[in-house]
Amino acid sequence: MKKSDKILLKGGDIVDPVSRKHEKLDVAIIDGHIDKLGVIDEKSFSGKVIDVSGCWIVPGLIDMHVHLREPGREDEETVHSGCAAAMAGGFTAVCTMPNTSPACDNQNVVQFIKERARDELVDIFPIAAVTKNRAGKEITEMGELVKTGVVAFSDDGAPVVHSAVMRHALEYSSMYNVPIIDHCDDMNLFEGGHINEGKMSTWLGIPPIPDVGEEILIARDILLAKYTGGKVHIAHISTKGGVELVRRAKEERINVTCEVTPHHLALTEDALVSYDTNLKMNPPLRTAEDVDALKEGLKDGTIDAIASDHAPHSIEEKDVEFDAAPFGIIGLETMLGVINTKIVMDGIITLEQAIEKMCVSPRKILNLPIPGIAEGEHANLTIFDPKKSWTVNLRAFKSLSRNSPFGGWKLNGFVKSVVNKGIYWENLSI
Amino acid sequence: MALSISHLLGLEGVSKSDIQTILDTAESFKEILSRPIPKVPTLRGKTIVNLFFEPSTRTRISFELAQKRLSADTVNFSTSTSSVKKGETLKDTVRNIEAMKIDMVVVRHAVSGVPFFLTQCMDAAVINAGDGIHEHPTQALLDMMSMKEKFGTLEGLKVAIIGDISHSRVAGSNIRGLKTMGAQVMLCGPKTLIPRNVEELGVNVNYNLDEVIEWADVLNVLRIQLERQESGLFPSIREYHAEFGVTLKRLERANKEITIMHPGPINRGIELDSDIADADFSIILNQVTNGVAVRMAVLYLLSGLEGSVD
Repeated sequence: MKKSDKILLKGGDIVDPVSRKHEKLDVAIIDGHIDKLGVIDEKSFSGKVIDVSGCWIVPGLIDMHVHLREPGREDEETVHSGCAAAMAGGFTAVCTMPNTSPACDNQNVVQFIKERARDELVDIFPIAAVTKNRAGKEITEMGELVKTGVVAFSDDGAPVVHSAVMRHALEYSSMYNVPIIDHCDDMNLFEGGHINEGKMSTWLGIPPIPDVGEEILIARDILLAKYTGGKVHIAHISTKGGVELVRRAKEERINVTCEVTPHHLALTEDALVSYDTNLKMNPPLRTAEDVDALKEGLKDGTIDAIASDHAPHSIEEKDVEFDAAPFGIIGLETMLGVINTKIVMDGIITLEQAIEKMCVSPRKILNLPIPGIAEGEHANLTIFDPKKSWTVNLRAFKSLSRNSPFGGWKLNGFVKSVVNKGIYWENLSI
Repeated sequence: MALSISHLLGLEGVSKSDIQTILDTAESFKEILSRPIPKVPTLRGKTIVNLFFEPSTRTRISFELAQKRLSADTVNFSTSTSSVKKGETLKDTVRNIEAMKIDMVVVRHAVSGVPFFLTQCMDAAVINAGDGIHEHPTQALLDMMSMKEKFGTLEGLKVAIIGDISHSRVAGSNIRGLKTMGAQVMLCGPKTLIPRNVEELGVNVNYNLDEVIEWADVLNVLRIQLERQESGLFPSIREYHAEFGVTLKRLERANKEITIMHPGPINRGIELDSDIADADFSIILNQVTNGVAVRMAVLYLLSGLEGSVD
């Protein structure tokens, strides 16, 4: 990673989902700004020339759902290592979930995270807790938190169980036009589940999590969003029924959006045969029927965004009996590749649409400015080669954790570099 | 004679011929149990560790006896607290035990999948003595041995399993083993205690016990855990007995010959009436005797020893 005053990106394809531009243009970046777009002669350029032929140059991608473990579990991920993983994955921005220790439920923790991120290439947009200490009882100081730079509220890892709390959170946050992101699962419906209720839970003897629990809370949140005029965003939607509920709510113009993870699109519960704890996440892997519905939701726009739910856990925590392992897998470094390989190349959506869901839609949901690719704009760019294939090597991850089920997968779509805040970072791991 | 498996983690995926081999071997071992000195030197020099992370009386005693009858050296490790709570990981616990040079491990654990997990951290042969709500393969093998003794074959036999299917590893293994051997399986119990998609596994469900009795050759009656009532899965013990209790009255009404099994321990007067448990058409105590023989067979066949039974 280096400050580079003058850079010429030569031979790439500019793909801008906002202006719908898609053309082969060179990009001259001077002092962190796009100085010139066009056919630029490298001999007349005095700075560093980088060959990006075969690559797409897109506005910097954002992952709106990551868990960095700082403060609290810096052995699993820090803001710095999380940013390194984000860059390797092609992201110039991430939104951090508040289930740190202490929880990000007050201005001090927000300030601390922002301070940690100050010199990083990656922009960090903190999400604060809906309730104090994520306890589900009293809402946080949302007004102050928004002023400190918080872009959304979530008790992610757990739902907002109590309906009155959710109602008030939606009412209160709507004064600031900031969404509540809910991890939808009706906790009253089951005790101690670990995988999707179905064929595999019965066969493997693992206590189940019923899919209807997600649907019940999505339905509740939609009704409360309608009732309060608040904005609700459904995190990591995983069920067929959930997609259908959001689709109908959108038809009714209710203020609801949702995201899906790469693993819920690329894997089903059938993968669980070997009790692999790197396939244990919440929501759990669902059935092929659910995956088809998620793909349909991506296609028709019901699902707005793709986010990784990057959840680092130490090897010690995961290398245990299945029930004792924590939920969650990491995903920053594999998201673009998994989506390109399993969704775009399978013809579900186009690569442009996938970029839109990792760049434009999340920023719209969070009221963030969308980086433009035009002369005079800040250079906030992701540069990747959609055709170049690579094999996922867990040991080469920039993340401090290794809990990924994608080790050994061959993926298409290699991130070459990212640019932001006047810094150019290039991935040299191949 | 040898099995195609090197561990017994469950009956999932265990072939018909392997099950047949285990049952045949168990039959010859059963003869040893009736000798004046019921002991053979077959596993002399072999060290077996019984790792019981969950309380057990009959399964543990049955395995220990099987090991002693075969002259193996045995060590017992029993704890009701999980290794996580003690601060040592399960992986470390078993690696330490393996480092003491042992040949086989018999494991019971409250978490499903632990026997499989052990095969990932150690080289010794692993025998599942019950994991969570997953499988209890030696129980199903002894059940099958007892049915085979009585009926000569399992092919086409109509077996009903009555009770809490959702939380029963005994049912888990019986369903798999019986299906492999060509028997027909029917499940019966309160809907709240039967997995909602269980028909996908190739079994039938009927909530009417009288109809099930009408259909079945064998009733395998499961123990009802009283704490299931406390968590609201059925209304009362009284109602359970009225709806799903196997009573003499019901059997008389059916007016047919039926065989009664139970993996124990029995809640007398709840899932099974005393006069049935002790009746001559009950083979509950044969099951217990066959348990030792089946476990001897499994231990012997997985010990890596060749040669015939002494």
